[in-house]
Amino acid sequence: MRAKTPTEVTEVHGRLSRRALLLGGTMLAFMTGLGFRMRHLQLDQADQYRLLAEENRINIRLIPPARGEIFDRNGIVLARNEPSYRVTLVPEDAGDVDAVIDKLATLVELDPKELDRAVTEMRRSPPFLPVTIADRVSWDELSRVAVNTPALPGITPEVGLSRYYPLRGDMAHVLGYVGPVSDYDLSKIDNPDQLLRIPRFQIGKVGLEGRMEDDLRGVAGTKRVEVNAVGRIMRELDRREGEQGDDIQLTIDQGLQSYAQARLGEESAAAVVMDCETGDLLAVASAPTFDPNLFVEGISVADYGELTGNDHRPLAAKSVQGTYPPGSTFKMITALAALEEGIIGYDDTVYCPGHMEISNRRFHCWKRGGHGQMNLAQAIRESCDVYFYDIALQVGIDKMSEVAAKFGIGVKFDLPLSGVARGLNPSRDWKSSVRGEDWVVGDTANASIGQGFVLASPLQLAVMTARLATGKAVPPRLVKSINGVEQPIAEAPRLDISPTHLAEVQRGMYAVSNHRRGTAYSKRIIEDEFRMAGKTGTSQVRNITAAERARGVTRNEDLPWNRRDHGLFVNYAPFENPKIAVAVVVEHGSGSKAATPIGRDITLQALYGGTPPLSAYPTKDRNSIKIQQEELEKLVPGREITRRNRA
Amino acid sequence: MSYLEYNVKHVPSGLRKVLHLNWALLLLITAVAGVGFLMLYSVAGGSFSPWAEPQMKRYALGVFVMFFVAMVPIWFWRSISGFAYLVTLILLVLVEVMGSVGMGAQRWIDLGFMRLQPSELMKITLVMCLAAYYDWLPTEKTSKPLWVLIPVLLIIIPTMLVLRQPDLGTSILLLTGGAIVMFLAGVHWGYFAAVISMVVGLVVAVFQSRGTEWQLLKNYQYRRIDTFLDPSSDPLGAGYHITQSKIALGSGGWTGRGFMQGTQSRLNFLPEKHTDFIFTTLAEEFGYVGAVSLLSLYALIVVFCIASAISNKDRYSSLVILGISGAFFLFFAVNMSMVMGLAPVVGVPLPLVSYGGSAMLVLMAGFGLVQSAHVHRPRQV
Repeated sequence: MRAKTPTEVTEVHGRLSRRALLLGGTMLAFMTGLGFRMRHLQLDQADQYRLLAEENRINIRLIPPARGEIFDRNGIVLARNEPSYRVTLVPEDAGDVDAVIDKLATLVELDPKELDRAVTEMRRSPPFLPVTIADRVSWDELSRVAVNTPALPGITPEVGLSRYYPLRGDMAHVLGYVGPVSDYDLSKIDNPDQLLRIPRFQIGKVGLEGRMEDDLRGVAGTKRVEVNAVGRIMRELDRREGEQGDDIQLTIDQGLQSYAQARLGEESAAAVVMDCETGDLLAVASAPTFDPNLFVEGISVADYGELTGNDHRPLAAKSVQGTYPPGSTFKMITALAALEEGIIGYDDTVYCPGHMEISNRRFHCWKRGGHGQMNLAQAIRESCDVYFYDIALQVGIDKMSEVAAKFGIGVKFDLPLSGVARGLNPSRDWKSSVRGEDWVVGDTANASIGQGFVLASPLQLAVMTARLATGKAVPPRLVKSINGVEQPIAEAPRLDISPTHLAEVQRGMYAVSNHRRGTAYSKRIIEDEFRMAGKTGTSQVRNITAAERARGVTRNEDLPWNRRDHGLFVNYAPFENPKIAVAVVVEHGSGSKAATPIGRDITLQALYGGTPPLSAYPTKDRNSIKIQQEELEKLVPGREITRRNRA
Repeated sequence: MSYLEYNVKHVPSGLRKVLHLNWALLLLITAVAGVGFLMLYSVAGGSFSPWAEPQMKRYALGVFVMFFVAMVPIWFWRSISGFAYLVTLILLVLVEVMGSVGMGAQRWIDLGFMRLQPSELMKITLVMCLAAYYDWLPTEKTSKPLWVLIPVLLIIIPTMLVLRQPDLGTSILLLTGGAIVMFLAGVHWGYFAAVISMVVGLVVAVFQSRGTEWQLLKNYQYRRIDTFLDPSSDPLGAGYHITQSKIALGSGGWTGRGFMQGTQSRLNFLPEKHTDFIFTTLAEEFGYVGAVSLLSLYALIVVFCIASAISNKDRYSSLVILGISGAFFLFFAVNMSMVMGLAPVVGVPLPLVSYGGSAMLVLMAGFGLVQSAHVHRPRQV
């Protein structure tokens, strides 16, 4: 190969240099292009991308608010939030999960079912998310775990809030209960609160907890947290506190309520105590009862089966949901209808031979031999059926139905409780439209003594009694204040009933309890200040055939439980200056004698604001009452009761 | 057998060579590497481990390698160019046959103390081989088809081997780097024009064929192209990387969010934040000012190399310097285009800044060649 001349060398190198400069120029142009692209991204679109970066890193978490607490009229806590302790595990931090769980099992009792659930959850969720290993552990267990955390990698003892009902069964039917939110709950609500998406968030299911959910729940707080690309929380940026739920104060008097529950005991029964003037419900008891705390975390199938399988239906709030033929407690309505129509005078008498023929059917009086001549007050006092058949046939169902409605029969009261019953105030229209039959006189006769179609709840009977006592259309009231704001008491209008007529009926009711021949005389109050007026009632749950009657009426106690008569008693006291109205229904109690003493005892308890002295009772009852009081005192006190400590 | 006899007397010898190094270039390289250390420290959440410290050690080793290569006369390197190319090619084949599997692609041979990536080495040895070829080839033959075919084969063979690994990024760098050397050597414009128009035709054909029976690519490959063209169409899937990268860049603004304050990288929204996407971290934390500063440092390195090449009368030296600086340019240009959403995500690291041993050492060896050419350049008597 020949050597190149310097000219050639220069020429060749010159071409290389030109191309090198061209290449360099291209490179610099490209880099300038990159610079402009940077400018475009970083300066022109900076705001937009800054926003996207913030959206990326910031996640909003909800802080569940504390649920509003519920107090009785004296500030005693009925429902509160308790710290609920649980133990969580972060699988990623634990390393050997099985070893950590084994170690934990020596400190805390682990539920195998809960553990299975936790293991499944761990498999599904990313390893940095905490999984609950043990729920509702005791404080002792939690502190044992807390002390041992260095030896338990990934384990965190946590504190949350859970509903607790310190009075257990005593308030169950009023408060209802909360429970973990279910898919069914969510399906009922349009556009549900984000809070409800929190797993196991507690929501009011029934009763006051359910009906006043919106007040009690509160507003969720939020915290903004910085998360990384896989969703792990790096730090909290800021938080906006939510609002805790509204505290609700009820008109219920916890002492009286607990007493009423205990007094009803294991009977299938209900009792309502109402303030005659304000309509405040002081006690709304239903027995037997159940522990609402069972429902808070989700009730077990076994416990639930036990409650639903019981023929005394503990889950039913009989005081507001149960409807019963009012029996003789309805007779005041019949009497007032006749008085208002001007059909009878106070001293007009009806002769009671023990029965009455109405359209070829024989209607019996409860007293086989008959009462003889009866005027109004006597008929109420001795509960003479024939007297009321007679006046009812004269006055007719239309007027009776009109008066019954004024006293709250067939009216659905607007209370924040589940399934408040309307009952039934029958009329011609009702029978033809619902049953497609014409009203017959026999129906009027049945209605006159609170049988047949008439149905009323214990609450309605208490309202009726309060209205009989005051002559005012007192409405029942359950909520005293919300978040410290007193709820107004509606001024009850006077009933469109002549006061003198009412006074005559009241006189009859006074005699029921205070006249030697009154049906409740044996269960009277002898303290003059607190004398009561009342009315007994027995309502049949079956028809008595002519054949049975011929054999002699079967003793109720010999019948199977569910075919025995209901026992009812309504009363108000003190007679001169009515303060409280009481209604008691004992299902299948074999007549009014089951209800009357309960009504009397609850009345005394309410009027004395505690255990009444034995001197208020008739002398011959005092020994048995003393024993009963000692039994009940064992039941009522000693419950954990805390006074309201929040302003 | 050069056309220019070296006037060896005027070439410095022994330790005096150190004085004749292109110190400005070394300073620029060190500045860029320093930016790398800073960013690796930041993405580790303010910690020298796991990235910044090993990277600094590697850089120290790289400087040593550079000095070593620079001390050896450039004519020695010229004489072994063909041999070096062959050895690298054999290594590439070896990787294909017995290389260990890493990152889902066969790329390296485990030497025990380090993993050797022959494809990285090939970027330098290909340039050396082509430079030696054109130094040897009489200039009048440069544009003859036969003599054009030889370098084309020299480029295509390793490119195909690398593409099989598969490493699309490196094969593009090899192909373009080789083409740059051919262009500088004086190959006729026509060849380049022909190749470029063929490529354009192929791209058009690929798009036109979509959905027809003679469709040229698989469906998933089309989807990748779609994602590149419109990353927001699939922000959590295939477009995730590029979308997050653009968010990081864009949120930087003028002066950035501050050192170690980049939320995108610190919270792991950025993929490969310590390797391919490290530039986004820089742009997020130091903003437009930081990004343009780094770009300027790179530009200066390229300008210093071109100036050194033009002033060097030795053809082999010029071609090697220009070839290496061209490869270096392609490196950062492709990487930056990629993170800015101008090029598909092909896995090209940012030279001297991204975490990675092989690439750093090979690059420093390449700059060693540049320094050697600079030190041993022919001097006018």
